[in-house]
Amino acid sequence: MKFISEYRDQELVAQYLDEIRRVATRPWTIMEVCGGQTHSLVKNGILQMLPENVRMVHGPGCPVCVTPLHMIDKAIYLAEKKGIILCSYGDMLRVPGSKHSLLESKAAGADVRILYSPLEAVKIAKEHPDREVVFFAVGFETTAPANALSVLHAQRAGVTNYTILTSHVLVPPAIEAVMQDEDAHIEGFLAAGHVCTIVGISEYYPLVEKFKIPIVVTGFEPVDLVQGILMTVRQLEKGEYQLENQYSRVVRPEGNPEAIKVIETVFEVCDREWRGIGNIPMSGYELRPEYAAYDANLKFDVHIEKVPESAECIAGLVLKGIKKPHECPQFGKKCTPQMPLGAPMVSSEGACAAYYHFSQAMEAIV
Amino acid sequence: MHKTIQREVSIKQSKTFNIMCLAIPGKIATIENRFDGAVRFAKVQFGGITKEASLEMVPAAKEGDYVLVHVGVAISIVNEEEAQKTFEYLSQIGEIDELIEHTQV
Repeated sequence: MKFISEYRDQELVAQYLDEIRRVATRPWTIMEVCGGQTHSLVKNGILQMLPENVRMVHGPGCPVCVTPLHMIDKAIYLAEKKGIILCSYGDMLRVPGSKHSLLESKAAGADVRILYSPLEAVKIAKEHPDREVVFFAVGFETTAPANALSVLHAQRAGVTNYTILTSHVLVPPAIEAVMQDEDAHIEGFLAAGHVCTIVGISEYYPLVEKFKIPIVVTGFEPVDLVQGILMTVRQLEKGEYQLENQYSRVVRPEGNPEAIKVIETVFEVCDREWRGIGNIPMSGYELRPEYAAYDANLKFDVHIEKVPESAECIAGLVLKGIKKPHECPQFGKKCTPQMPLGAPMVSSEGACAAYYHFSQAMEAIV
Repeated sequence: MHKTIQREVSIKQSKTFNIMCLAIPGKIATIENRFDGAVRFAKVQFGGITKEASLEMVPAAKEGDYVLVHVGVAISIVNEEEAQKTFEYLSQIGEIDELIEHTQV
């Protein structure tokens, strides 16, 4: 590599941190929505370097964490059905369902495959015309074009043994849900850069106006994060609320028109249940009726009873920024990445797993 | 010094995971048409790893361009310097391992 990464430049990060210390005269609570940002804040030790009066809380932007329990049970039901190949992204396999995880189904003989891309699942379907291939399509806006494309590719190739089990979620309605929770007390948001790369930034203006909060579209590298935090704190100190774009080198205000077109062709907005949070109106994507033939729910007539969440897991409070992971009595005790009680301990984007690994690292050097 | 050690340990311990919301920058090596010419696919190089990505979201992309790739779909064209910096950061935090793990799928 011929370039030295300035985003890892400790000096530049330190300069922004000094500026945050200088500017912040009062206590502020800011939420980063994206799980990748949470991961980066924890991994790079930024939470420890921020002044005490700037408190970061971690939002619900971890797709694996917010996929509801009954959707995981549905995926497990399908995986264990004869003739089905169930495919998904790696982290989904370890999330506990009401009885067990997809990984445990796989160990017991189910054909469960980890894929890098849903487009690979269409290929598998083509290669196995005698089997049914189901892709467990989770994710935020960033992942929606790929999941939508898989359906379009299957249609183009005349592949009729490919369906998706959709559990797509959207960021702006989640911000709205967090703001409407009386216990959350969030004063500013870092919006997720790669989500806005796809859908643009226009959906955030109404949130800024409605809740009178600054929202700064931010990248995920250390310098991006401290710069985004500084931009938010500056607004808060001045009593301003605006939408700003820290990540303009990647995010265009209009997003990616081709990607939006593909999403709108295949998906429509629907109400969606979020694990730990509950139902949020108009907060997800589902397949349009024209693509019903690619809907695993319809094709296999899946009816799974809803089972209550473990009472020991406080994931909902963590995902809304009301509790920090280490404030959970089960953190690191009954709940670890090896034996997770709840989804935020599974995915590296989950706040609990990020805190767990960080605390392990601290113990290793003390 | 203290912070450096702290970070290295935590990076090491997180290597078995991957972050689903990130897009990884790579260089387009070759482009081919599929579905009777309707869809462009590229071989994209991420350091020493080559993976396939759809170019349907980036119609202007050409060979030699750098693109951000998320789960097998290029979502944005980026300049070389940005791509190199981001790639290096992702390598340092172990996120490129995700690509290596899935190369044989």
